[in-house]
Amino acid sequence: MSQPLIDYCIAQGDDALIFGQRMTEWCYSAPFLEEDLALANVALDLIGRAQMFYDYAAELADDGRSADDIAFLRDARSYTNLLINELPRGDFAFSMARFLIVDTFNVLYLEQLVNSADERIAAIAAKAIKESRYHLRRSSDWVIRLGDGTEESHEKMQKGLEEVWGYHKELFIATAGERELIANNIAVDRESLYSQWSDQIDAVLKEATLSRPEDGWKVVGGREGIHTEHLGHMLSEMQYLQRSYPGVEW
Amino acid sequence: MSSDEKLKLFEVFVRSKRGLDHKHVGSLHAEDAEQALEYARDCYTRRSEGVSLWVVNSSDIVASQEEDAESFYDPMDDKPYRHATHYQLPDAVNNM
Repeated sequence: MSQPLIDYCIAQGDDALIFGQRMTEWCYSAPFLEEDLALANVALDLIGRAQMFYDYAAELADDGRSADDIAFLRDARSYTNLLINELPRGDFAFSMARFLIVDTFNVLYLEQLVNSADERIAAIAAKAIKESRYHLRRSSDWVIRLGDGTEESHEKMQKGLEEVWGYHKELFIATAGERELIANNIAVDRESLYSQWSDQIDAVLKEATLSRPEDGWKVVGGREGIHTEHLGHMLSEMQYLQRSYPGVEW
Repeated sequence: MSSDEKLKLFEVFVRSKRGLDHKHVGSLHAEDAEQALEYARDCYTRRSEGVSLWVVNSSDIVASQEEDAESFYDPMDDKPYRHATHYQLPDAVNNM
């Protein structure tokens, strides 16, 4: 069960790192100072979460690679994050729609992951759930605020939601390795969370006076390393220093 | 959106430990009180500075004015008998 567990930790780490790195792009660009700080806090929570999963993966693999090596020395094809995490930053409404979808999922997922049969995974989840609850509070708040705001903010929020919607399906697809871990009570059955997720999203959208987009399209492939063209660009910037000056420390 | 035009100003108070008072730490802009509380959490407690937060509309604070200083504070300067140290304690009182 060691390899599926390593893959699982790296995938969880990839989800958090790529989303966190993407959201750091709001630094100095958020609508106003307070929101700038708040977004950076969230991004840093996610990057910290990635580090915990990578550290554990590195210990399990015991192949001489560190958490940093896992983050900075893999190409896009080896990254297994879900696609929703790598999409370009987009405008503020798009970011908040994406946060709502991911945060709602994360809270449901982590609430069960704290009972993982793997103590280390359970401990990471126990730390992460507190952060994710706060992230969800923020993103639901913003979606409601913008959806039920002015005509312009409503329109932008609806548009952001439509643009990201097709990427939510992937959140509920488990890999073969993950199914093994689910059978051993180490990972959570993500498919089983869909109806709860769906109800919670509907409740927020209703309060936000937004309409739920049609389920007509979906994009998947992240767990197999099949990514959008956006991930490579992000990695080239994120990994630039380690690639140019291998082993550099500060 | 210009934060000065649209957003309200709030004053932030942080209680650093149970048993201590809330202390004024600064101010921030937010749309409403609930958002102000979240931003207070993000701007003023990110290094474990607090266990409790208050936010108050800055416009709800009534402040004494500099030009009133004379009538407000000077009259107290010549009333030493309002301080405990003004009084000679009888020997029988050890601690006060």
